Amino acid sequence: MYTFSNRLRITSFILMIVGVLGIGYGFLSAPSTIEEAKAIVASTQAHHAGGHEQAHDSAAHHENTTAQTDAHADDHAAHDAHTLSKLQNRPWSAFLIAAFFFFMLSVGALVFYAVQHVAQAGWSPVLFRIMEGVTAYLVPGAIILYVFYVLTAGFHMNHMYIWMDSDIMAADKILQLKSGYLNIPFFLIRSLLFLGGWCFYRYYVVKQSRLQDEAEDYTPYKKIFKSSVFFLLFFFVTESVMAWDWFMGLEPHWYSTLFAWYIFASMFVSGVTVIAMVLVYLKSKGLVDFVNDSHLHDLGKYIFGLSIFWSYLWFGQFMLIWYANIPEESAYFMTRVEHYGIVFFGMLVLNFVFPFLMLMNTDFKRRGWFIIMTGVVVLIGHYMDVFQWVMPSTVGELWSFGIPEISSVLFFLGLFIFVTFNAIAKMPSLLEKRNPLIEESKHFHY
Amino acid sequence: MASKVIQALYNDDDILMSAVKRVRDAHHHIDEVYTPFPVHGLDKAMGLAPTRLAICSFLYGCVGLAVAIAMMNFIMIEDWPQNIGGKPSFSFIENSPAFIPIMFEMTVFFAAHLMVITFYMRSKLWPFKEAENPDIRTTDDHFLMEIVLNNNEEELTKLLVDTGAVEVKVSEKH
Repeated sequence: MYTFSNRLRITSFILMIVGVLGIGYGFLSAPSTIEEAKAIVASTQAHHAGGHEQAHDSAAHHENTTAQTDAHADDHAAHDAHTLSKLQNRPWSAFLIAAFFFFMLSVGALVFYAVQHVAQAGWSPVLFRIMEGVTAYLVPGAIILYVFYVLTAGFHMNHMYIWMDSDIMAADKILQLKSGYLNIPFFLIRSLLFLGGWCFYRYYVVKQSRLQDEAEDYTPYKKIFKSSVFFLLFFFVTESVMAWDWFMGLEPHWYSTLFAWYIFASMFVSGVTVIAMVLVYLKSKGLVDFVNDSHLHDLGKYIFGLSIFWSYLWFGQFMLIWYANIPEESAYFMTRVEHYGIVFFGMLVLNFVFPFLMLMNTDFKRRGWFIIMTGVVVLIGHYMDVFQWVMPSTVGELWSFGIPEISSVLFFLGLFIFVTFNAIAKMPSLLEKRNPLIEESKHFHY
Repeated sequence: MASKVIQALYNDDDILMSAVKRVRDAHHHIDEVYTPFPVHGLDKAMGLAPTRLAICSFLYGCVGLAVAIAMMNFIMIEDWPQNIGGKPSFSFIENSPAFIPIMFEMTVFFAAHLMVITFYMRSKLWPFKEAENPDIRTTDDHFLMEIVLNNNEEELTKLLVDTGAVEVKVSEKH
């Protein structure tokens, strides 16, 4: 039985308040006119004058060539409007990145939970209550994301998804060919369907898991098993749709077949990492003495293996496009390599090299502080991953990492901590009573 | 004198495990245990040191990675930097995505094969090697514990029979 410690509750509230203030500041400081946008671009360029010499050169070159044409005034107006919409996108993008990042932690944990049930794993039932706690963020996270998409698609409050703009759609033949899929009502219906489906599964299994505690037979357990099988089928279809809608849709002229699995790998590894970190925290409080270091070892192996799986998919996608270098495909990576080099390649160090070297040793995987340290690095790495799914497509080369981004992370971090530990505190016990595999799990030893 | 050994045969791995623990508690040195299949936890019960084969494997993997990098850097970048289908061969890093599949495979190849060879050498296994099997039944359904004798045949025989051995015999060490 866990009681929500006051210190943690206050920390989460402070994070949320600071985050809300920062998010508000981000929206207020976004430019509303072209003049303001120009001033922001000018001040950041003056700031980084040294590093942007090349950019200046190419800009000057660009102006020389366009000056020879009659249409150069139109070009400039279009360029300015483009700059303005990019800068206006920044607080929205920062919000989406953090909102999705924390949402994907709970989705990843939910899939892991379902997989453990379907596989009838003998080692993990002692961790089910912790997983249920981590997935508690699913519902608030889904509501926030859905509201965000209603504001984006229904009320056109930002320019993140260019296909949602009817003027652009009217002038773009390629997008018109995709309008059977990329249209606003269908988009919102799809999002509602998969978010609703995931939340419903979570509600259903947690309810059955409580019923199993009090049951005389194993009917709830069998229901959990069956619903998990169908959830996984449903999930892997809808997860692909989610990846196409929310992230590939940011770049509607580009497509990649691998993209949805790549995004899933990120979700899965960060979900498992959070389960391990919450476990280490609760164990440090002495609340889960039935969990031994073999359980932690298994979670460490999952973080290790799934980090490599993520790297494999990242490389599979990058290398195929780099190798063939078909312009319509490589445009996606051009922005990322040119303007986001530190994020794009830095995350490889955090998501692959670091966990690979740290978690290779068996003894290290059994140490709580080692899991926490690697987990923090892996989570920062996957935040960077989400960052480079969104930012290059919406803000482009005008990105920076400042108050809007940090405060969005703080807000959702606070909310995640609050929801997760509140849910764990409300559980009748941290150990399932009548799970048929619970005895085996308690004596699990590797 | 130390050329004689006492051999105790068991027909159950649980009995073998408890026998190993009792013999160790009585401070006799177990020379060898022969089993038809891996008995989980036997190495810990016997007090064997953990294997360092994984560390070897990691180092071999590093060698494989270095070989792959050195080889491709020399061939593709330094020796003959040809333009093949527009791939940038100006520096190793520029063309590195194309090299990574080979770097990966070479790492795995070296790590796996050299580790297996190390295993064969350390456990003295090779073709035409004469089998060191004290009793042919140990490859089928019997477990055999072997202890070096130090003029304590009677005491050891009693202890081993006590632990549930189905057969105890003294033989020359080979």
